[in-house]
Amino acid sequence: MKIIVCIKQVPATTQVKINPETNTLVREGVESIINPYDAYAIEEGVRLRERCGGTVTVLTMGPPQAETALREAISLGADEAVLLSDRAFAGSDTWATSYTLAQGIKKIGDFDLIVCGKQAIDGDTAQVGPGIAEFLDIPFVAYIRKIEEIDDSLLRVERLMDEGYEVIESKLPALITVVKEINEPRLPSLRGKLNAKKAEITSWNLKDLGVTEDSVGLPASPTKVVKIFTPPPRGSGETLTGSTPEIVDKLVAQLKQDRVV
Amino acid sequence: MSIKVLAEKCIACEVCIPACPYGAISIEGEVAVIGDECTLCGSCVEVCATEAIMIIDEREAKGDLSSYRGVWIFAEQRRGQVSSVAYELLGEGRKLADKLGQPLAAVLLGNNVQEAAQQLIYYGADEVYLADDPVLEDFHDDSYAQVLTELINEYKPNIVLTGATAIGRSFIPKVAVKLHTGLTADCTQLEINPESKLLEQTRPAFGGNIMATILCPYNRPQMATVRHKVMKQAVCDKSRKGKIITKEIDAGKLTLRTRLIELVEEITDTVNLTEADIIVSGGRGLGKPENFKLIEDLAKVLGGAVGASRPTVDAGWIPYSHQVGQTGKTVCPKLYIACGISGAIQHLAGMQSSDVIVAINTDPEAPIFNVATYGIVGDLFDIVPALTQRFKEVLG
Repeated sequence: MKIIVCIKQVPATTQVKINPETNTLVREGVESIINPYDAYAIEEGVRLRERCGGTVTVLTMGPPQAETALREAISLGADEAVLLSDRAFAGSDTWATSYTLAQGIKKIGDFDLIVCGKQAIDGDTAQVGPGIAEFLDIPFVAYIRKIEEIDDSLLRVERLMDEGYEVIESKLPALITVVKEINEPRLPSLRGKLNAKKAEITSWNLKDLGVTEDSVGLPASPTKVVKIFTPPPRGSGETLTGSTPEIVDKLVAQLKQDRVV
Repeated sequence: MSIKVLAEKCIACEVCIPACPYGAISIEGEVAVIGDECTLCGSCVEVCATEAIMIIDEREAKGDLSSYRGVWIFAEQRRGQVSSVAYELLGEGRKLADKLGQPLAAVLLGNNVQEAAQQLIYYGADEVYLADDPVLEDFHDDSYAQVLTELINEYKPNIVLTGATAIGRSFIPKVAVKLHTGLTADCTQLEINPESKLLEQTRPAFGGNIMATILCPYNRPQMATVRHKVMKQAVCDKSRKGKIITKEIDAGKLTLRTRLIELVEEITDTVNLTEADIIVSGGRGLGKPENFKLIEDLAKVLGGAVGASRPTVDAGWIPYSHQVGQTGKTVCPKLYIACGISGAIQHLAGMQSSDVIVAINTDPEAPIFNVATYGIVGDLFDIVPALTQRFKEVLG
């Protein structure tokens, strides 16, 4: 079974702080990590390979530094890694990102299953996974919490929905996005770390993908970010003090006044 | 589209460096240099005192954009029941449609849903595009994306809004790709620019730490998913009249590559986080799994849902479907009561847009108090049962 896992390198947002003077995100010294949802995707890919045999190829699009994330994925059990990197890819929105990743996948060639995390924690869009599936014209199932069965041509999964879950069967090849519930990612093994160190990372640029400059990056992105700002602070809250009955009285009165109960 | 630094104007004052949300700017040889991380957001252009930074946009509209008219909302339904998010979209869509002087329409896909179509008219739709066929009974990405894309190609709406629900966020990206147009995820604010008449779509990113306003200037329709519970529901008026336009479905022509085997509803009265107006959440401060009973009791009295912080889910105290936060659910209830939750940034990302937040925690330094409307420094084991008791009396 040939499995492709798409990942994204994101800032570890726990450390993102806002500079109160300039009102912007402080990015200096912010560590980059594999998007947490993608860690579940890598783990699921590796587990499937352990179950069915085959290979796991990780794929990302990003600046040259994104290679670190790919090496980490190898330390977690992936076999091969491909980086799509070119100045021309900069400024891609979800449309252009899905397109470029889909071109990378076409160049990788044969595959049975593509696994992505549900969404990235920086952009939070959850649009690239379905976008790739559309460009490749393969079935797509989101929010997978369990792969029940998989064989050469059929996949049976549990899809987490707002009101419960659905058992879905899909033809293969397909693309799925996974949620946290699907597994518990392992830590890198010593052997994995060694593999990661010596692994050759394939890097493809615009020319390698054989696409034109205006079909990627900003020129191909229908959306345009026109403003970025810090959300207005919630305003300083009120601290309720006193004995427990006093606090409870105050709170209940306030909530009634606010018409939320 | 590109960004340029005019070397003769740049005085290397460095004011643009901290203004860049992406850390893309550095000074090299007394001139600002913009790196690959740049997304052309324009933050640096705004702060530059010498007007040394320019964004050049050479893109042009494809085709005649003015032929796209009307505001459409996708009316999600499950087993014939229109989801409440559809009424929120009608409320918001009405405002946008009126500002544009264009009609408001709803798109309804399902099986035996004529009654629901009428309901959408009562809630403000001037037109309902109805695709009623057994093949659309259950949600499938393939069929829903194909039918909606066909409708859009046929009738050319200017704006298409969908709920940022599990269904909406799953299939709409495919529609946007098919149409080669922009899609903005999980918007919390929508406006029509009075001059350009473009839809200004504002959404949180970086877990709610920044907000971004996004346009789709050159492609149509302008598409967005809208966060549940943020927009106000439209009001029902049974005297309203509207037109139902039926779309014939040729099931044989639809590509269907997935099959629904079974739907397992897990929603007890305490789990339905995305629909809940009130959420009571428990964190590590509960000490042990059995103590979630306190949270459930309070939630039950208030008719609310039970949420949880990540550590309690990871420890197996409560199922993942209850998790609020970055790797769980993003919620936006009227009232969020956080009990024994310290408020790690990942948790705040999932709940800080709630209307009213109550925080109960023994640690006065806990970050949850920074977002709390009402903070209570105290022992949840005293406060929560007392609160439950008091609400029982008050609410009967």
